[in-house]
Amino acid sequence: MLKVTIGQYYPADSSIHRLDARMKLLCTMIFIVVIFFIGNFLGYALAALYLAVVIKVSKVPPKFLLRGLRAILFIIVFTAILNVFFTPGETLVFELGFVRVTQEGLLAAGRMGLRLVMLIIGSSILTLTTTPIQLTDAIEFSLKPLKKIGVPAHEIAMMMTIALRFIPTLMEEMDKIMKAQMARGADFDTGGIVKKARSLVPLLVPLFISAFRRAEELALAMESRCYRGDIGRTRMKQMKMAMRDLGAFVSLAVFTAGLFALNHVAAVFGIW
Amino acid sequence: MEIVVKTDEIVFKYTSQPSTDGEGENNETPPKLALDGVSIAIAKGEFVAVLGHNGSGKSTLAKHINGLLLPEQGAVWVKGISTADEEKMWEIRQSVGMVFQNPDNQIIATIVEEDVAFGPENLGIPPTEIRQRVDEALEAVGMTKYAGNPPHHLSGGQKQRVAIAGILAMRPDIIVMDESTAMLDPIGRREVLTVAKRLNDEGITIILITHYMDEAAQADRIMVMNGGKVVMEGIPSEIFTQIGRLKEIGLDVPQAVEIAHKLRLGGLNLPEGIVTGKQLVEALMNVHRN
Repeated sequence: MLKVTIGQYYPADSSIHRLDARMKLLCTMIFIVVIFFIGNFLGYALAALYLAVVIKVSKVPPKFLLRGLRAILFIIVFTAILNVFFTPGETLVFELGFVRVTQEGLLAAGRMGLRLVMLIIGSSILTLTTTPIQLTDAIEFSLKPLKKIGVPAHEIAMMMTIALRFIPTLMEEMDKIMKAQMARGADFDTGGIVKKARSLVPLLVPLFISAFRRAEELALAMESRCYRGDIGRTRMKQMKMAMRDLGAFVSLAVFTAGLFALNHVAAVFGIW
Repeated sequence: MEIVVKTDEIVFKYTSQPSTDGEGENNETPPKLALDGVSIAIAKGEFVAVLGHNGSGKSTLAKHINGLLLPEQGAVWVKGISTADEEKMWEIRQSVGMVFQNPDNQIIATIVEEDVAFGPENLGIPPTEIRQRVDEALEAVGMTKYAGNPPHHLSGGQKQRVAIAGILAMRPDIIVMDESTAMLDPIGRREVLTVAKRLNDEGITIILITHYMDEAAQADRIMVMNGGKVVMEGIPSEIFTQIGRLKEIGLDVPQAVEIAHKLRLGGLNLPEGIVTGKQLVEALMNVHRN
């Protein structure tokens, strides 16, 4: 059977899970911006500490976060290596032919690597503690101001909802088509990458046709249920900010202030 | 008796192949009429079954009742409002709920209760009232304990019940079931039909489009469609006693009717008007006693 974990939500009952999705989205964005302002390794230590506390409170097992990291490990390493070689610097660590490794280069690589790791962990906490539907609602809410300049906020959110709804359905259908083809002698497992890719064509064509038919039927069903965009639409579940949301925001503000203070101290005392 | 749905000589023709209901009304060229002068009247609180084989126009008729399709000639009135009246379109769709054939293709949200809330949300109902309506609707179809589940883990019958709940939450007067049992297993079919009958007892008009004779046998009234026309109309016992005519237009009769018919031919003295298994058993017991 195909197993899909959409958006990688980790169900648990924690204060992070209970936070308003809009607040979580806002905090994650601020956090991501803030970590790019960190100028020294003390700052990274503080950020790591802050993340560790959030992870602890969220009750998400750290291995889930590490799993997310593994997928992009290559990108992190690649970026770090590029930084080592392409950062101009004076203090030479060693030289091998045309390859020059400088202290500045190593520092830049370390910084960039740490930033990326924290960026991924930070956004993973958001998706791991927020259900896709809450996230969609939060995105719709944040896009609302852009509606005036013609961004279809509601439509984007509705598209995301429907996509999330149909992923398992289409996966199941894919599985069925695959089995039907295999029963008639199709081979999906052997051969090179080209042969494998080609063997997908007879899967994708029926899948697409069926997806279009589903879309048409769904449109009829939505119309029958009086759907007409977001004109005069209400929501059953209202998003409400609570004290804990304010608390989360304050904690992030304190963290940010601490970081800038550290930056200042580090500049005065000349710490990396 | 208050008439809630009325059509007057409606004519409809698909311009291209209908791709949604799988009936293939006009696979042949030139396109024939999907509906050819259909006039029906359905009273408040009735349970009407519309029978017909594939391509008879029954699904097309269903889509006219809530204005998804508009007739080329003639008119459709729901509670006295013409479906051609664009300003009243949403009023009509609120009072005529549609349950479609494929349970997977009419559930919109990723959580059962969110899906049930979809209709009332579109109507702009205040949040607290939506909550109340959703709870009531799920209760009415017996799906309360699945409120927080994702729909793709439910069985076909359960999904159709969720779809019915989604319509109930809009407080309709009429529910049109467009072959809603066609893709279900026997258990799912029974679940859905039981819910439909209970809602009918509570005063909701039910229009059941089907090609299962046994389902139609439970209706108050049956309309048989063929070639875009209503060719027979009456109570189940009137319809199913005309075995020859039904077979002529490619329809079967319910099993009980068939057996009773054969027993009569074999010389057994059975009364007319047997349509359900239960009636047949009673009749046979009477014969045995005498």
